[in-house]
Amino acid sequence: MRSNELLVVMGAGHAGAELAVQAREGGWSGRIALVGDEPALPYHRPPLSKAYLGGAASLEALALKSRAAYDKAGVDLMLGRRVAEVDRTAARLRFEDGHAMDYAHLAFATGGRPRRLPAAAAGADAADNFHYLRTLADVDRIRPRFVAGARLAIVGGGYVGLEVAAVAVKHGLKVTVLEAAPRVLARVTAPRVSSFYEQVHREAGVDVRTGVQVDGFDLDAEGRTVTWVHCDDGERIACDLVIAGIGLVPNTELAAAAGIAVDDGILIDAASRSSDPAIVAAGDCTRFHSALYDRSIRLESVPNALEQARCAAAAVNGKERLHDGVPWFWSDQYELKLKMVGLSQGYDRLLLRGSPEQRSFSAFYLKGDRVLAVDTVNRVPEFMLAKRLVAERIAVDADRLADDGVPLKNLLPPA
Amino acid sequence: MPHLTIIEWSGKEHHLEAETGQSVMQTALDALVPGIMADCGGSCSCATCHCYVDEAWLARLPLPETAERDMLECALDPLANSRLSCQLRMTPQNDGLVVRLPKSQI
Repeated sequence: MRSNELLVVMGAGHAGAELAVQAREGGWSGRIALVGDEPALPYHRPPLSKAYLGGAASLEALALKSRAAYDKAGVDLMLGRRVAEVDRTAARLRFEDGHAMDYAHLAFATGGRPRRLPAAAAGADAADNFHYLRTLADVDRIRPRFVAGARLAIVGGGYVGLEVAAVAVKHGLKVTVLEAAPRVLARVTAPRVSSFYEQVHREAGVDVRTGVQVDGFDLDAEGRTVTWVHCDDGERIACDLVIAGIGLVPNTELAAAAGIAVDDGILIDAASRSSDPAIVAAGDCTRFHSALYDRSIRLESVPNALEQARCAAAAVNGKERLHDGVPWFWSDQYELKLKMVGLSQGYDRLLLRGSPEQRSFSAFYLKGDRVLAVDTVNRVPEFMLAKRLVAERIAVDADRLADDGVPLKNLLPPA
Repeated sequence: MPHLTIIEWSGKEHHLEAETGQSVMQTALDALVPGIMADCGGSCSCATCHCYVDEAWLARLPLPETAERDMLECALDPLANSRLSCQLRMTPQNDGLVVRLPKSQI
């Protein structure tokens, strides 16, 4: 490889930062540029809606790696820069400021952006107390109003919304969660787990309302501040701060415009290769075939982003590392450690082990005798075993699985 | 600055200077030490920053809290001196700390 050959990694989140550094570790001898549109050093995103929002984590503690680590790896950080166009024929990309670079290999790690709330389009989007929560800058804008006594309306009862609610109520805010589906976490968990979380939040003082669609906002006379949230059931909620968390849209426009195969995610194989041999992709912006579930999936997940990045780094160095990891996720709310493994879509039976009342249980999503997915609440050792149950497609005996007196590890074959 | 030695499974040694208060995990990440995956970023959720603390140091470190003990219970290749490096803080008191990395995190 000629030493002037350039690897450009677009997107400086978890996937991008890992990809750039691992490409060097894996032997890339040319230049490596890591391009991100945010000015900060690549940082941990999960704490944004948890410790950082609550003031318990500093900005320095958020950095994925120190600046010196990128220097050591010979990764040029191009932060606060945005690529406007990728010309695959010329193997050249052009930045918004007109600057152009020729690449030998290109990586998309462009992540996603918050799904916009249609009802906010009439002006709330631009109000100074209406926010989405995806970036450090989002949280820095939220924090001045994130104070005891403030009335916070959260639109969306997914992970982000509920994590924010937990931190907010602990900080003395008056919190209302508005979820359009009949229950919180509806896209990801079973009704039993949803009702558990609804109860936990209500006991903590959160006003959780489900089956309500937000259909408008009142702004103050200057049009700068949202004062009321309107719901389709006729209710109005007075607010000082609105945070919307209703999902993620993958950032695939650049890839699509460049003619790479995209279908709600940049299509990649198990080695993170796109439809163009010179281009790899990793993280929330991708879609791939899951061997475990035999269908196409797109994941919004840090562990997935990191593993895909490691595969992509191998691919740019001409090696093949195949992603066979089982999807997993975590969400910390109050003192509850929710850890989930697998995808539950298509389950025909839910088994509980342990006791929601004791705030320590696991929910197993079964299809026949196969465990598709497991949610564990404050049961970390079971989570680690559940990962094996799911990944290795271990057939289980439902009666023993549901019997908390039978150690879960007895249901697994020896490692 | 407290000194830290990390020994990879292969035997390769890394002699590092840590920031006081920084975790062993972050010190390793900043020095690009292979074998500390740290997938969850130090939130004690993944057990991919598992390490073995040198016996001489084991008793001198604060004991693991419940969350860490739970994770270690099911980490790959656990031993009596297993710890999660995200939960170990570098302080003047553990200047010279030595940890080894497991085979499972290559």
